[in-house]
Amino acid sequence: MRPLTEAETRAVFEKLGKYLVAPGTCFGKFTKSQKFRLSVTALDFLAPYAKYKVWVKPGSEQSFLYGNHVLKSGLGRITENTAQYQGVVVYSMADVPLGFGVAAKSTQECRKVDPLAIVVFHQADVGEYVRNEETLT
Amino acid sequence: MGRKLDPTRKEKRGPGRKARKQRGAEVELARFLPPEPETGRKKLSSHGRKRAAKRRQAAGSGPAASGPLGAGGGGEERKPTVEEQLSPQKGKRAVKAAGQTARGRSGFSDGNSKWLAPAKAKKTQPKGNHVELSSDGEVKEGSWEMEEEDGSSEEMVDDYGASSSEEEELLPIEKAALKQKPDREGLSEDDSEEEEEEAEEASKQKMGQKKEEGPDLQLNLDIDEQFKLPTSEEIEKEAAEPLDLHVIHQRIQGNMEVLQDFGVKREEGRSRQEYLALLRRDMAAYYSYSDFLLTKLMDIFPLPELINFLEANEVPRPVTIRTNTLKTRRRDLAQALINRGVNLDPLGKWSKTGLVIYDSTVPVGATPEYLAGHYMLQGASSLLPVMALAPQENERILDMCCAPGGKTSYIAQLMKNTGMILANDSSAERLRSVVGNLHRLGVTNAVVSNCDGRQFPKVVGGFDRALLDAPCSGTGVISKDPAVKTNKDEKDIQRCAHLQKELILSAIDSVNAASETGGYIVYCTCSIMVEENECVVDYALKKRNVRLVATGLDFGKEGFTRFKDRRFHPSLKSTRRFYPHTHNMDGFFIAKFKKFSNALPQAQKDEEPAVETAAPSTVPDTVITEPLPKKKKLEESKADKEQKLPQPALKKKCSSQAQRRPLKAARPFPKMMRPKVPARKKKHRVKANGQ
Repeated sequence: MRPLTEAETRAVFEKLGKYLVAPGTCFGKFTKSQKFRLSVTALDFLAPYAKYKVWVKPGSEQSFLYGNHVLKSGLGRITENTAQYQGVVVYSMADVPLGFGVAAKSTQECRKVDPLAIVVFHQADVGEYVRNEETLT
Repeated sequence: MGRKLDPTRKEKRGPGRKARKQRGAEVELARFLPPEPETGRKKLSSHGRKRAAKRRQAAGSGPAASGPLGAGGGGEERKPTVEEQLSPQKGKRAVKAAGQTARGRSGFSDGNSKWLAPAKAKKTQPKGNHVELSSDGEVKEGSWEMEEEDGSSEEMVDDYGASSSEEEELLPIEKAALKQKPDREGLSEDDSEEEEEEAEEASKQKMGQKKEEGPDLQLNLDIDEQFKLPTSEEIEKEAAEPLDLHVIHQRIQGNMEVLQDFGVKREEGRSRQEYLALLRRDMAAYYSYSDFLLTKLMDIFPLPELINFLEANEVPRPVTIRTNTLKTRRRDLAQALINRGVNLDPLGKWSKTGLVIYDSTVPVGATPEYLAGHYMLQGASSLLPVMALAPQENERILDMCCAPGGKTSYIAQLMKNTGMILANDSSAERLRSVVGNLHRLGVTNAVVSNCDGRQFPKVVGGFDRALLDAPCSGTGVISKDPAVKTNKDEKDIQRCAHLQKELILSAIDSVNAASETGGYIVYCTCSIMVEENECVVDYALKKRNVRLVATGLDFGKEGFTRFKDRRFHPSLKSTRRFYPHTHNMDGFFIAKFKKFSNALPQAQKDEEPAVETAAPSTVPDTVITEPLPKKKKLEESKADKEQKLPQPALKKKCSSQAQRRPLKAARPFPKMMRPKVPARKKKHRVKANGQ
């Protein structure tokens, strides 16, 4: 069977959309300006392939799960050679994936900076399953 | 200038400020507890020996050894010293110190001697029983009675002044028994209430306290307490006053006892119905149920069990969680939660994934493990229908009423994320939590849809198994939602039952009987009403070609095969009922059907499809009438083609394999599409009849 054309695909999925609420797992959403924003529901799929990881200390685990950024004082480990503004996956010390983030400082800078500086910007975390249940998908 | 602290030099410290007030429990108790002189010559303290001596002397059994007797005199002197020391506590005792006589021998030595007169005759009473009373905490009064232990109760008017009136009602043997425990009289009189059940109350308490003493006392009390139905005046009086729950509770218990042994304990002239009516009113008032619901419950449960059920509904069931085996193991999860401060245990032998949580320092629904999808908060009884369904890998499963998604995710984890689950619910709002839960738990084989369950199988059918957790009255989960006690009435139950009957027929129709590994439907509700459970199952058995099979759950009460004036199919014994008071989980009902033919039974001959394969196991191919045969290889449909040559529509269907999975709502129901073949029809009709 040949692949469907654009119009056909649209027709099929629009019809599906009338009946189905969630066929499969949602990775993220497109914004009005066609940017793609990853949501936390993609975590399970991306986490195993993450190249740059950040481990968070147990004390500041809760803080990250509430949506706050990660401070230097809460940083446990970080992969070598992480560039600044690199996308990272945030883990707890027990290797449980907690969410996504963006490295605010490169690994080298992280070593030098003071304890209250932000090292990872929060983007998505599993706490959203409870906080934003309605807007997930 | 000041004193220099020298740590090497320790100052000896004497007794502190508080050391004199109390001298320790042993000393205090020794003043009340009599030693047992007879039992093997126990080693007594000096006090004990002296008192034993005095008692022996008083009992007239001759003077004891001169030591104690001599010490008896000294004992009298001892008393003042003892009392003086304790005078801050025992004012009464201090009075006693003034005029010393031997205890209880020739009148009482305190200010009560005017009206307290010891009985002459009864001096041989065993005094060991006083041990129990003093630990009641009523030390002062108890100790008073102790002094007057030789006094007979009826002659003595004690501090409460209400003694004698009680005794006169009692039988002589009871009085003799009561003399052993004069103090208990005092206690029970204190507590009795000024209601018509006063005698009952007092005797009940006596019963409770005297349980240790032996059966012969018990019998006397039973005869004595007679539960009396309140007269109409009393009822009016009660209606005017605010409810006294304690009274009602006592009355319920009394009423139950009468009903248990009705022939013996009944009041003359009063029918059983009156007792039952009173019981119903009292229970409705005490437990806050509507009369309708209570009547229904009285039909289902025998009376003692009913009380247990009502009591169990007042208490919440324990919190249970289910490990998500897609992401973790139960052992690891338990360890992680224990590290967080959760007190838990495995659920039971029957579940490999359940854990019960006793208490926890952290909120169980917000731990990082929960957010990472390692477990799901779920009631223990919700694990059972999925265990009964037993989904296999690579099957197509329908979950008709899936919100909030606990059972769906359990099915998914049992299937290890293979195959397909269609998770349907009619409420769009509750579906949001389904989606959230499925994402969180990492379930990838589920498709979520928002249809009315009755639209199946029109929307899509041909499933291997179906689970129907029907919307119900919720009478099994009263502990979660106490509003059910009062807001359900006959119409609600009937409405639920009607909906459930429609849903179960749709569920049965959506399953493909000819499926190799499946053909099962599990019907469950969280209700204990017979109208919603056994009646619906019986209806399904009559209307469709299904039969009940064993659920695979080895515990739980069997479903009813008969109830009041209704008789159900005998195979209903294989269904299971679970109750909060017997299994400590929410009330539940589970039935498992096996569909043995896709045909509809005789009554619906007109709609019978043209061609069907009646025998499920012999012919492995799918039935054409089912709108969506499984996603099988083309060979199967070719086999169909051979059977139904004049079916052009079939060819069209086979080619649309790719479209089989998505919904076919746009298409008209295939049954109607297919041209009928009269000759074939007759042949297969015979077959259907043969079934």
